[in-house]
Amino acid sequence: MAGKVAAPVAELTGPLAVLKEKFSEALSPGEFEGAVIKNENLVEVAKFMRDDLGYDYLSSVTGVDYPAANEVEVVYHAYSARHGLHNGKPLVFKARAPRDNSVVPSLVSVWPGADFQEREAWDLMGIKFEGHPNLRRILMWEGFAGHPLRKDWHEAYFEQDNKPFDSRWPGGHHTRAEDRVPLADNVAFPPGFDPTDFNSQAETTLVERARSVDVSELGQLVSSDGNGSGSGNGHIADAIQTDHLIVNLGPQHPSTHGVFRMVITLEGETILKLEPVMGYLHRNHEKIGERNTFIQNMPFTDRLDYIASMSNNLGYALAVEKLMKVTPPERAEYIRILMVELTRICNHMWAIGFLLNDLGAFFTPALYAIEERELVLDLFEAASGSRMMCNYMRFGGVARDLPEGWIEKCRDLVFNRLPKATDDLDHFLSENEIIRARCEGVGNLTAEQAVAYSAAGPLLRASGVPYDVRRAEPYSIYDRFDFDVAVRYHGDVYDRYLIRLDEIRQSIRILQQALDQMPGGGEIQAGKKQYQTRVPAGQAYGRVDGPKGELGFYVVSDGNPNPYRYHIRAPSFINLTALGEMCKGQKIADVVIILGSIDIVLGETDR
Amino acid sequence: MSQQPEQFQNDPMVPPELNNNLFITTLDKLYNWGRKRSMWPMMFGLACCAIEMICVAASRYDLARFGAELMRPSPRQSDLMIVSGTVTKKMVPTIVRLYNQMPEPKYVLSMGACATGGGPFKEGYNVVSGIDKFLPVDVYVPGCPPKPEALLHGFLKLFEKIESQSIRTVPWYRKGEIEAIPVPVLGPDLIDLRRAVEIKEYTQTQVNAAPAPAAEPAHS
Repeated sequence: MAGKVAAPVAELTGPLAVLKEKFSEALSPGEFEGAVIKNENLVEVAKFMRDDLGYDYLSSVTGVDYPAANEVEVVYHAYSARHGLHNGKPLVFKARAPRDNSVVPSLVSVWPGADFQEREAWDLMGIKFEGHPNLRRILMWEGFAGHPLRKDWHEAYFEQDNKPFDSRWPGGHHTRAEDRVPLADNVAFPPGFDPTDFNSQAETTLVERARSVDVSELGQLVSSDGNGSGSGNGHIADAIQTDHLIVNLGPQHPSTHGVFRMVITLEGETILKLEPVMGYLHRNHEKIGERNTFIQNMPFTDRLDYIASMSNNLGYALAVEKLMKVTPPERAEYIRILMVELTRICNHMWAIGFLLNDLGAFFTPALYAIEERELVLDLFEAASGSRMMCNYMRFGGVARDLPEGWIEKCRDLVFNRLPKATDDLDHFLSENEIIRARCEGVGNLTAEQAVAYSAAGPLLRASGVPYDVRRAEPYSIYDRFDFDVAVRYHGDVYDRYLIRLDEIRQSIRILQQALDQMPGGGEIQAGKKQYQTRVPAGQAYGRVDGPKGELGFYVVSDGNPNPYRYHIRAPSFINLTALGEMCKGQKIADVVIILGSIDIVLGETDR
Repeated sequence: MSQQPEQFQNDPMVPPELNNNLFITTLDKLYNWGRKRSMWPMMFGLACCAIEMICVAASRYDLARFGAELMRPSPRQSDLMIVSGTVTKKMVPTIVRLYNQMPEPKYVLSMGACATGGGPFKEGYNVVSGIDKFLPVDVYVPGCPPKPEALLHGFLKLFEKIESQSIRTVPWYRKGEIEAIPVPVLGPDLIDLRRAVEIKEYTQTQVNAAPAPAAEPAHS
């Protein structure tokens, strides 16, 4: 069954051997490079990993369903971010539980960054995390029937477990999905369900939670704003009788960066509690991805973070290449670097432009930023055929070589135009009085918090943690370039703005070196051109430092043409774990810029 | 001027000084010309297509040339809803509610494959197979995502549609209320209230028949 018994059991070495020595009973080696930890010891072992082994950063938590073994598995990937230990390599560990009673202890108390990811695993995989403070659905709504990522859960339109569907190929007798299903729509209801007599629970728990604010924090939050002298618990609440106001922002809101929603509990103008609500763009990438063949997933990755499709391509290609054990030829590596660094530049331009939008500089700075982005998109279109959805990378290379004149255009952009455009943005915006007044000291996130909440990318680095996957665990050919990991130390909105400028400058440096070193010709694809990729059984976690942060793909293959499990560690999603903390005690008017400074894309947040 | 319409020359209604400044048109043409050149879209992005929509509004493609650059954050001020991206089950109640809040005359432009028919995500359990399952769509723009030029073309097609309308027959000047579309409900799955009775009948037959595992959710 599905990679469970096929591979030999790996030896425990390095940090795992230390673990084994300490917790001999709790650990057993798996058929992967890592360990399976007994549920009853999980929290204890995790604490030891964090405190004694230096794995302070929990990158990814996800579930895998194995119906044949009647088990669900939770897979954890932890790294050492602040200490930079273990060569940037992950510590992979798993917890297992039976399918019908899948309970695993929650690790939120050890790594708060597990919060949303565990909720996601509960929502989609039906794994209960014991001790989780708020184990509710996150991507689907409360009251939805079933946990869709279970292998035996099928939606109404379900046709077949893997593509290409028999109805399309080779027979080609495709009928519309609507014509196949009883209700002529993509819906399924439990037998006997009566929609004429039904009260939706989707909103109720949200409102209840927003109302239930811990009053003991109130005095402290309000006094930290200088509005009161509340030194004791509930000092202000005792003196004045106030009602909390619940404000809902989104999902349709001009400044929420897509269909993102926040339910905010206010005391006056001060935020007591902010609860992000997401899933409004949950497009079921993972369920569809497990049906697709490996290569069919490539265009779907474009639609994750649709502003940075090339980075997504690279992340997925790296994960599958790890399994296939192929390395792209030299020229393809350089083309990849060019593409992803250009992507980073246009993403950051976009982010800065729209942060300024949120600050009230409505669209003028954004127009300048979009202008530069358009020039980069021209390059993408010339190379891949599409402005946004590039679908350009392949396992072991790229789809096609660069067209004639591309390099010259790129050179002109990288050497002449983009440095000046960046300086212009810097010159006009950075010292602007309004920007500084509104951004400095707003939305603070300390280094400890950032690491604990598994924040990634610019959000993490603006809090003073110089952790960049390109440097910590170099992939592709990043070890050949001379660049600095941008870092800022205040962890406020202003620093997050500045760090994006820094990163654009570093990207330009990398691009300039890549253009100079790039071989003039040669292969762009390792091995023969394939229409059906054969991926050996196994599991791999490929990660890149995308513009939004660490983008990881966890792929499990059982040797079939389809991935057995396809999970995306989305930086936009996980960065939002810290949003509630960052907004606490801030003014309601600043929520939108704090959100803007995280720079999320909903395609990736909700997947 | 020699091109002056002859009928004004001796018209007692037209003073001589206005002879050169009169145009004759139909009320429909004037009304439609005004409407189509000041189409205010709702600032409402759903997914990837929204990024291309923003690019259309930016300097390179410059939607302002067509009088439609003024994106309104409030549905009360908008004429056009651009459904720019994948419509999910969780989102569709909000979309329908927003549509109901828009004043007449209102139009819907379905941008991209997802909004039109579910697109690449059609099979997904949280995806609605096209916004036209709920809202009346005026223009469909294909593409994934449509290029900015394609969206502009969609606008031009919408203008054509507006031009073809007549003030005498448009529904918003007729007697009676235009009924709002019932907002779908998030239950065990998305409930389209217009089909509630049909759904109930179907789920009843499921109870009476042997348990049908295919349509029944496997887990609670």
